[in-house]
Amino acid sequence: MLSKPRYLPAGESALVVEFGATIAPRIHDCVLALDAALQHANFEGVTETVPTYRSLMIHFDPRRLAAETLITALAKLEDTLKPARTPPQRWHIPACYDSPHDEDIAEVAAFLGLPRAQIIDLHQGARYRVYMYGFAPGYIFLGGLPPELTIPRRAVPRSPAPPGSLLIAGGQALIASCAMPTGWYGIGRTPVKVFDPRRAKIFLAGIGDEICFERIDGEAFDALSLAAEAGELCARGERLDEL
Amino acid sequence: MRGCLRVLRAGPGATVQDSGRFGFLRYGVTPAGPMDWTAFRTANFALGNDDRAAAIEVTTGGLEVVCEGAPLWVTFAGGAFVGQRSGMVLPKAARIRLEPGETLMARAGEFGAFTYLAVAGGFDTLVVMGSRSTHLRSGMGGIEGRMLKANDVLPTVVPVEEQSGASFEAMIDAPWLDRDPDPFRVVLGPQDDYFTPETLREFFAGVFTLTPMGDRMAYRLKGPDIAHARGYDIVSDGVALGAIQIPGDKQPLVLMADRQPTGGYPKLGHVARADIGRLAQMRPGEACCFREVSVAEARAALLACEDEIATTVQRLRPLRLALTSERLFEANLIGGVVDPLANEQNEGEF
Repeated sequence: MLSKPRYLPAGESALVVEFGATIAPRIHDCVLALDAALQHANFEGVTETVPTYRSLMIHFDPRRLAAETLITALAKLEDTLKPARTPPQRWHIPACYDSPHDEDIAEVAAFLGLPRAQIIDLHQGARYRVYMYGFAPGYIFLGGLPPELTIPRRAVPRSPAPPGSLLIAGGQALIASCAMPTGWYGIGRTPVKVFDPRRAKIFLAGIGDEICFERIDGEAFDALSLAAEAGELCARGERLDEL
Repeated sequence: MRGCLRVLRAGPGATVQDSGRFGFLRYGVTPAGPMDWTAFRTANFALGNDDRAAAIEVTTGGLEVVCEGAPLWVTFAGGAFVGQRSGMVLPKAARIRLEPGETLMARAGEFGAFTYLAVAGGFDTLVVMGSRSTHLRSGMGGIEGRMLKANDVLPTVVPVEEQSGASFEAMIDAPWLDRDPDPFRVVLGPQDDYFTPETLREFFAGVFTLTPMGDRMAYRLKGPDIAHARGYDIVSDGVALGAIQIPGDKQPLVLMADRQPTGGYPKLGHVARADIGRLAQMRPGEACCFREVSVAEARAALLACEDEIATTVQRLRPLRLALTSERLFEANLIGGVVDPLANEQNEGEF
């Protein structure tokens, strides 16, 4: 059963269906279930949906669909939703924690009072869920960071972290798709391009997918970077929903 | 043969925009698209284009282009920019046929921040993820994902002999693009419950000034403090066009064409889409205020606005006549002698 959502207007052309106010797998499951059901139902007038941690934003064409009609239809759809789910896909993503890709790890080690090796083990050993994209095209926000790695955001953003940076802050993890100044800490880097508009698969992971990191050394990083630049995915995807 | 426009001079911020990059919002991709969709659509409709054709968004920095290769039917509309064809002043919104070698210049006029230079069939720049819209921050779309500069060449999609949408030079009579001091309509939500009813009253009673800090992503306003009743950190959720975010400094930030699809500040409400174009046309230092409407009212306003813009073609006035009458009025020679509406029967438009 789904928790009863709130329907909140975002102007005349979008509606927010909010399942909670926190970051939790249970809430995100509801968001994804509604998203899947909506895509399946193929509602006339719905143009695009954006799943986030705790809500689904539904963009629609007000000429073809009025908000109240949409809400009535959603309320009916709600009863049929089954939020229990397995992630559709698990991605094995190579990650390098060696110098120079470990830029901020010393800072993180000093702040958390943890040895460097333990930070790497914790980050690399966890299983993550893709909660949403945001900030810039292809930036993947992950949940599932071990609580030992909780570190507050920087008060002042650092200089741009390179594409593929594995960033942590605020109890969350993310994979950067492009170089942007950030308040997060870069502790490693993947050669995988999580976003490449030239590739048939523009975005690597779907929202709700699972991600784990496989450690590689600097030499492998360089080789895979070249392959990724040439258009290869360089990450292994495993379908879980067909098992 | 296909004509093209070569940029002779481009003020900062001139970009190629179509109706926007949609379908990838869930992957964090900014939609971009025109700041003033009403002016963009008017310029395209006056050429018989649909509203997805790519046009040039010109800022108050102005733009000058030259036609090359073959004649081109072009329009410009939005704000009150001064347009000149090879030095000859044109009305603030017009449709003309540029011959090879002729130049078109647009510079900021009495009001407005953006005008749109459209061409029959649209400009043919690289399509990235389904759109030609330029998003500067991610370097996507348009010409190399950047602002236009001198010597850029903008090819067109349709050769002149197929530019059947236009048959005579015209003034574009689009009163919906006129300056209008009415408050911007706002639909409350989704986080209006982060503010007390009294704070919301203060917001709707307040006068706000546009600061120079704004860009295509967001307009920053300065006015009375809008205090949060319970903090300003929310778990990120979706963001739609016109969202009024209230960050920690308690001053509203209205999210515009280059908004991110998700965001983490409480959103008090959304500016009605019917008023977004008017808001986009504000210049720094100009003042505005807001008025609360229901979702149904905002929807009705949008549909009425779209219906009005759909009449663009029927409202075109042959250019020479329109200019003559304007000059007569300007010279204070009595109104009503020459009626620009008298020649309503346009020569077989479409």
